[in-house]
Amino acid sequence: MKEFWRLYSKNIGGVLGLAFIVLVVVMAAIASLLYPTGPFTLTGSSYAQPFHDIFPLGTDSLGRDVAAGIVWGARVSLLVGFTTTLIAVFIGVVVGCLAGYFGGVIDSVLMRFTEIFQTIPSFIFGIVLVAIMSPSLYSIVIAIAVVTWPAVARLVRGEFLALRNREFVIAAVAMGMSNIRIILTQILPNALSPIIVISSLMVATAILFEAGLSFLGLGDPNVMSWGFMIGAGRNAIRTAWWNSTFPGVAILLTVLAINLIGEGLNDALNPKLRDK
Amino acid sequence: MPAPLLELRDLRTQFSTQEGVVSAVDGISLRIENGQTLAVVGESGCGKSVMARSILQLIPTPPGKIVGGEVLYQGADLLKRNAEQMCDIRGKEISMIFQEPMTSLNPVLTVGDQVAEIILEHEKIDRKNARARVLELFSLVNIPAAGKRVREYPHQLSGGMRQRVMIAISLACRPKLLIADEPTTALDVTIQAQILDLITRLKEELGMGVLLITHDLGVVAEVAQHVVVMYAGRKVEEAPVEPLFDEPLHPYTRGLLDCVPRLDAFEQAEPDRLRTVEGLVPSLADMPPGCSFAPRCPVSVDRCRWQKPEIKEVRPGHLVACFVAQGEGLDS
Repeated sequence: MKEFWRLYSKNIGGVLGLAFIVLVVVMAAIASLLYPTGPFTLTGSSYAQPFHDIFPLGTDSLGRDVAAGIVWGARVSLLVGFTTTLIAVFIGVVVGCLAGYFGGVIDSVLMRFTEIFQTIPSFIFGIVLVAIMSPSLYSIVIAIAVVTWPAVARLVRGEFLALRNREFVIAAVAMGMSNIRIILTQILPNALSPIIVISSLMVATAILFEAGLSFLGLGDPNVMSWGFMIGAGRNAIRTAWWNSTFPGVAILLTVLAINLIGEGLNDALNPKLRDK
Repeated sequence: MPAPLLELRDLRTQFSTQEGVVSAVDGISLRIENGQTLAVVGESGCGKSVMARSILQLIPTPPGKIVGGEVLYQGADLLKRNAEQMCDIRGKEISMIFQEPMTSLNPVLTVGDQVAEIILEHEKIDRKNARARVLELFSLVNIPAAGKRVREYPHQLSGGMRQRVMIAISLACRPKLLIADEPTTALDVTIQAQILDLITRLKEELGMGVLLITHDLGVVAEVAQHVVVMYAGRKVEEAPVEPLFDEPLHPYTRGLLDCVPRLDAFEQAEPDRLRTVEGLVPSLADMPPGCSFAPRCPVSVDRCRWQKPEIKEVRPGHLVACFVAQGEGLDS
């Protein structure tokens, strides 16, 4: 673990990304302390300028504090980003492992099933799913997970196909290892770095996806999210630029930080890049 | 008489290819006793490795398939066992070392973990005790600074060290039979000798049988007690090691022995040429109807081209599949 930190800290981008995400997580965790009245409270006059008075980021058309929205919105964005990725990566890894390792009929069945999902444009499919299930945090998480797991499954399957016939896997079979142990201890660790990289990208994609849904008015109406703020502020973009810009910057920086973490993890977890 | 450690009876392995079904192993029979080293010798592509992998059923199916024969381990046929039962045999009873130690180790796990995984698979033991066993094994196979080495990755080790790790893995559960598929081919000459000494020493200490697959006759002379010469999927000669080297009967074996460069070569008639066996192993899809070695054979007679010679014992313990060597070359 110590060794891992030493390697990870060599990547400056990764460290900066991690620091920023920690900041966002802390901010989300103490949102109720910072703004105990919540993001929907009307706290002042409408369209208050940012960097003045008590509203550092200004207020929107109804006089809601933009800074409060950013802090409370971080909760939603992180929650959606991480839970969606967790679900999608889990399904994708399981499907990909089985298809790539066992091949043959299992592979064909699982991959045809995966392709059903891939033939539908993912954003449209996501919108349809949310519309059917009626917008809520749960339906958004499920919808994003459903449209994103096929990419993971295909990636993992490809890695497993390539690794399946490598000499060290045959050696593991020759030493009497069971299939499940070979999958978990021999092949999966070798496929880990692309999985981690795609996971970090997926967290970012999921945050963007949620922002997109909220922008279109399909977000959970009971929670403040960054996408909803951009969508709500876009009508007044010429008179009150801060309404859309600050949540946009929040999304941009968070997504960038997550990508940097992914890169740092990849460097630290890949033993071939060590000692260099 | 107790059953031998391992006995192959008329083992046949075929592959379906685009050119049709080919027999990579075409009726091989052999036996290994406890504490014995049996060498299987032959050129590349003669079916040695396929035979070795067939014993543990490591042939990818499809396209490969074991179509006949028996693999008797201590008298019981392994081919009748299911996949789960084979897992208990592999590694625990029979284990295998592969040719290329770089690719047969997992690049992302430390070598210590890789050895520990095998112990954990086969025995009810916790991780801590497994680690202690790994250290024991590493010193058994002469890995210096074992405590430090266990935490290293395969790419940090030299070829010889990697092969020692492979041997440690294969010995982890004290198998009774070790299959070594060209264990020294990828190594330097000096390391080769060390690895062979190691295998011989461990064989004696642990009382294992060893099936050594090689194309290197120098290796055979050094470590084996008994030799089987394979050509195009068939056994062409079998003998204890001294008679085979002193008096090879099959023209192919003679050809192989002639290929070994000798230090006294300058005393020979043509001192500056390295000898070879003329021609190539015939394609498995296009086998001649008679003896498969006939097209390359310097002493072949008419009969060799249309009839396959059966393997027969021509001297006590010395078997050969050649009409000429059996003294039947002039019958036709």
